[in-house]
Amino acid sequence: MRYAYYPGCSLEATGRPYEKSVSAVADALGMELLELEDWNCCGATAYMSVNEILSFCLSARNLCQALKTGDTLVTPCSACYTNLRKTESYMSEFPEMKKKVDEALAEAGLRYDGGVVTKHFLQAVMEDAGVDRIVSRIKRPLTGLRVAPYYGCQIARPYGIEDDSDNPTMLDRLLTLIGATPTYYPMKTVCCGGSLMGTREDVALRLCRNLLMCAEQYDAQCIAVTCPLCQLNLDAYQNAINKAYGTRFNLPVVYFTQLMGIAFGMDWKGVGLRECIVPAKAMAEQFA
Amino acid sequence: MNGAQQTVIYEQAMDLRFLDEIYRIPGGEKIKDCIQCGTCSGSCPVSWAMEETPRQVFAMIRAGMRDKVLDSLTIWTCASCYQCAHRCPQEIKITDIMYMLKRMAIRENRQRSKKANALSRIFVELVNKNGRNHETTLMVRFMLAANPFGAVSAAPIGLSLYTHGRLPLFGRKVRDVQGLRKIVAKAQELGGE
Repeated sequence: MRYAYYPGCSLEATGRPYEKSVSAVADALGMELLELEDWNCCGATAYMSVNEILSFCLSARNLCQALKTGDTLVTPCSACYTNLRKTESYMSEFPEMKKKVDEALAEAGLRYDGGVVTKHFLQAVMEDAGVDRIVSRIKRPLTGLRVAPYYGCQIARPYGIEDDSDNPTMLDRLLTLIGATPTYYPMKTVCCGGSLMGTREDVALRLCRNLLMCAEQYDAQCIAVTCPLCQLNLDAYQNAINKAYGTRFNLPVVYFTQLMGIAFGMDWKGVGLRECIVPAKAMAEQFA
Repeated sequence: MNGAQQTVIYEQAMDLRFLDEIYRIPGGEKIKDCIQCGTCSGSCPVSWAMEETPRQVFAMIRAGMRDKVLDSLTIWTCASCYQCAHRCPQEIKITDIMYMLKRMAIRENRQRSKKANALSRIFVELVNKNGRNHETTLMVRFMLAANPFGAVSAAPIGLSLYTHGRLPLFGRKVRDVQGLRKIVAKAQELGGE
């Protein structure tokens, strides 16, 4: 299992704990992640509101880079993933757009005519590493841990993973495999607000309050996420949410890869749980 | 829209070319298939915070209410979660039409949401310059540009991210920044709609 690995900008900063745990888990599963050569930003959601052609060019350039490494590109970030898949879809659906992208890429001597399969890291874990391999690595099953499976918006949408868009189960199945109990979480694909936390904080705080409230109502002990922006909003802003709404949430928001790491017997610091703002130590140490 | 304060807009104030502008984006012509069912507004997680709901925006586009749409806070409230596009029974690329409206508003320098404009501008500057988004720089520059007085209240969040090792001071750049800039220049020349 060799992959061109695209961490994306967030994983070098606010998503550092994700980066740590993805590397650790990939190692344990024998997935070889070769960092995508000289990758660039995917444009997130901000770029698309400035220049459409260019935002497709950004992802197309990354797809070109991926071909140098192999044919499967894996990324843990839902925004990067969505933009790559969206670009791929537009290139094949709208030849006029592809012509413009080709023209711009040619300036740097590049051309993309397809050939890369893009996967979210969750997909790669479930589809390629697979159930048997995951189960074989488990040293400390997370028995009794109630986890709200939060997919976030983008990986469950038109350019998302192959799963039920309204009620995806891939993360639920993974959590069950590692011994945890995925709770009923009706808000599993409702948006966290994304970059609205910067531009319309009142709106994003309320969306995140609702997500935390829903997890708590179904007695979750933590929320598992698949996207660095969801993690940032729910974790780093939890205190701000408590202040704004008079709530007392104290719910760790962890990456699914961090939970896998704990189940694989790794040290809680080694999978970046010390970098969570809402302390996750006590939760992790039940399984030490 | 508050019914009591609503004023009548006469045909002379309509820009009937507005719809044609929307047709220009890939898949944009599907907007004429809109049946005003309201599935978009019902699915949208933030329609409660919009001035007009997505369904209303689509009716307004077709009526040619160009200024009102482009000056609406609605387009800046869309978080790009794609739920509307996913559920639209007519398969209209609603999220992408929202992106198009944002681009038009930015190009025409309509400053309805100073914060959103600042975020997009700084983000694009960083990516065009370095090929990557250095989140620490983005946060600091955005905070100073959008709300210098609010920076004090946002500081604790930045500080706690920093002490948790999640806001490194230095970022990495794309090595072939020259090549990337050539792509940027060409794409800008090609329009970018």
